[in-house]
Amino acid sequence: MTTTVLRPPRTRRRDPRSHYPMWFYLPAAAVYGTLFVVPTVASFYFAFTRWSIAGSEFIGLENFVLFFQEPYLLRGLINTVVYGALTSGLKVVLGLLLGVYLTSQIIARSYLRSVVFFPVLVSTVGVGVTFSVLMDPAEGLINRVLEVLGVAGPGWLTDPSLALVSVALVDVWKGVGLATLIYIAGIVAIPQEYFEAARVDGATRVQNLRYVILPLLWPATSTVIILSLIGGLRSFDLIWTMTRGGPGFTSDVIASVIFKQYQAGFWGLSAAGNVVLFLLVSALMVPLYWGLSRREVER
Amino acid sequence: MKRPGGILSGIVAIAVSAVVFLVPFAFIFLTASKTRAESALLEFSLPTEWAIWENLVAVVEARDYMLLTAFVNSTILTVASIAIMVVFAAMVGYVMQRRPNRWTPLLNALVLAGLIIPPAVVPTIWVLQRLGLYATLGGLILIEVAFGLSFCVLLFRAFVATIPREVDEAAIIDGAGPVRLFFQVVLPLLRSVIVTVVIVQAVAVFNDFQNPLYFLPGDENATVQLTLYNFRSQFTTQWNLLFMDILLITVPPLIMYAFFNRQIVAGLTSGAVKG
Repeated sequence: MTTTVLRPPRTRRRDPRSHYPMWFYLPAAAVYGTLFVVPTVASFYFAFTRWSIAGSEFIGLENFVLFFQEPYLLRGLINTVVYGALTSGLKVVLGLLLGVYLTSQIIARSYLRSVVFFPVLVSTVGVGVTFSVLMDPAEGLINRVLEVLGVAGPGWLTDPSLALVSVALVDVWKGVGLATLIYIAGIVAIPQEYFEAARVDGATRVQNLRYVILPLLWPATSTVIILSLIGGLRSFDLIWTMTRGGPGFTSDVIASVIFKQYQAGFWGLSAAGNVVLFLLVSALMVPLYWGLSRREVER
Repeated sequence: MKRPGGILSGIVAIAVSAVVFLVPFAFIFLTASKTRAESALLEFSLPTEWAIWENLVAVVEARDYMLLTAFVNSTILTVASIAIMVVFAAMVGYVMQRRPNRWTPLLNALVLAGLIIPPAVVPTIWVLQRLGLYATLGGLILIEVAFGLSFCVLLFRAFVATIPREVDEAAIIDGAGPVRLFFQVVLPLLRSVIVTVVIVQAVAVFNDFQNPLYFLPGDENATVQLTLYNFRSQFTTQWNLLFMDILLITVPPLIMYAFFNRQIVAGLTSGAVKG
C-alpha cells in the first residue's frame, strides 16, 4: 500500500487508477450490504419494538429491561461471558503447551499434530451428539471409565452447575487444534538465535518458555484470544445440540436465547438479544484489540 | 534436544492423544457398525455382528431418502456459495489493495465488522422474506456469501500486496482493460490463496448448522447438518443409525484434510505470525 505514496507522481496521460474500477466493489457490497449491514442496522430498530407475526410496535427500552430483569435472560448473558472466557482461556493455555510440545524433537510429531487438529474440521453437530452420548451420566463411556477407576462420575450435562462447563470443555476439545496450529506457526517463526542466546545464558526449559517463547508469541496469543472469543461469545451449535440451554436454562447463552425467543415468536426480544450480543462483543473486542496491538508495539 | 526420557514421554503422549482424540471417533465408527440392539448398550466395544452396510442403507433410505437430498443440497450450497464468495472477495481485495483512498479505512472497518459482529437473525429473515428468498437454497447461498466475505477479503488483500504492480503495468501496456487485467492476469496469480480460501470456507459452509437452521427450514431443504438434527429426534432408540449419519457427515472433511492438509494449515495460520 505504501508504494503508491512513495512513488513519484505518474504522468497524467491517463489516470492510472481507472485500471482498478470502483465498480469491482459493487457485487460484494450488494450482498454484504443487503444481508449483513441492513439486518444489523435494522436490529437496532426492532430491538426497541414488540415485534411478532402481528407486526411491530415501538415500546422503547422494555426489551432491554426484560433482559436484565428476567433471571433466565440475565443468566444467558452471564453464561455467554463465562463460556467465552473459559474456552478462550483454556485454548490459550493448552494451545501454547501443545504448540511448544509439538515443535520440540519428539517421536510421531506429525501424527500428533494431525490428531490434535482434525476435530477442528469435523461437524460441530456431530461432535455435540457424540459427546452428549459419551457424557451420559449412567451409560456414557466417560462415567463408565471413571467408575472402573473408583470415581463417581458427575452428571456432566444433567447437573445444572456443570452443564455449561461440560459444553465448554467439548468446545475446547474441538477447537484447541486451531490454537495449537497458530502457536506452532508462531514458534517456528522465532529466529533460532534467540534460543541459542538463551542456551548460552544457561536458561532452563521453563525460563526458555517464560522469557523467550512467550514474549515473542504475543501476536499468536492475541490471534488465539481474539479468534476464540469471537467464536465463543456467539457459540450456538454446540450448546444447542448438547443441552439446548438446559437443564432448565442453566446453560443458556445469548445465542440460544435469541433462537428460543425467535421460535416462541417474540421477534423483538430476539432482536434485542442480538443487540445485547453486539454490544457485549464490541465492549470486549474493541479494548482487547486495542490493548493487544499496543502491547505488540511496545515490545 | 533428544533426552533419555524422550521415547518414554513420546509413548505416553501417543497414548494420551489416542484416548482423548481417537476414542470419540472410534466410538462413532463402532456404534455405526453395530446392530440396533447392541448399539443401544452404548458400549465401547467391537460389534459382535457387523451391520455397517445394513445401517448405511437404512440411513440413506430413512425419511424418503432425505440424506441423499441433503447431500445434494449441501453440495450445491457449498460449491455455489464458495464460487461466488471467491470471485466477489477477490475483486474487493484487489481494488482495496491497489487503489487506497480516503474511504479505505471505512471499508477496513466494515470488513472487520463482518468478522466480529454476530449476524442479527430475525432482521435477516425479515430482509430475506422481503426479497422472496426466505427458505430457498438461493437465499442461503447468498447468506453464506455475505457472512464469509470478510475473511476472504482479508486474505486476498494481503496476497494481492505480494504481486508486483509491474505485472499490472505490463498488461496495461499490452492493452488489457480493467476486466481482462483482473480476470486474466491477476486472478490466475492468486491461485494459491484461492485454494486456501476454497478449502477453509468449504469446510465452514459444509459444517454450518446455525444458518441453515434459521434460514432454510423444511425437510425437503435439509442440509446434511440438519439431517443429523432431525434424525436425532427420530432415532432416539436407533443409535447405530444416528452414528452412521455422523460417520457419513464426517467423511467429506476427512477427505479434504487428507488431500489438502498443507493448504488448510496455511489458510488458518495466515496472519497469525504477523499479527
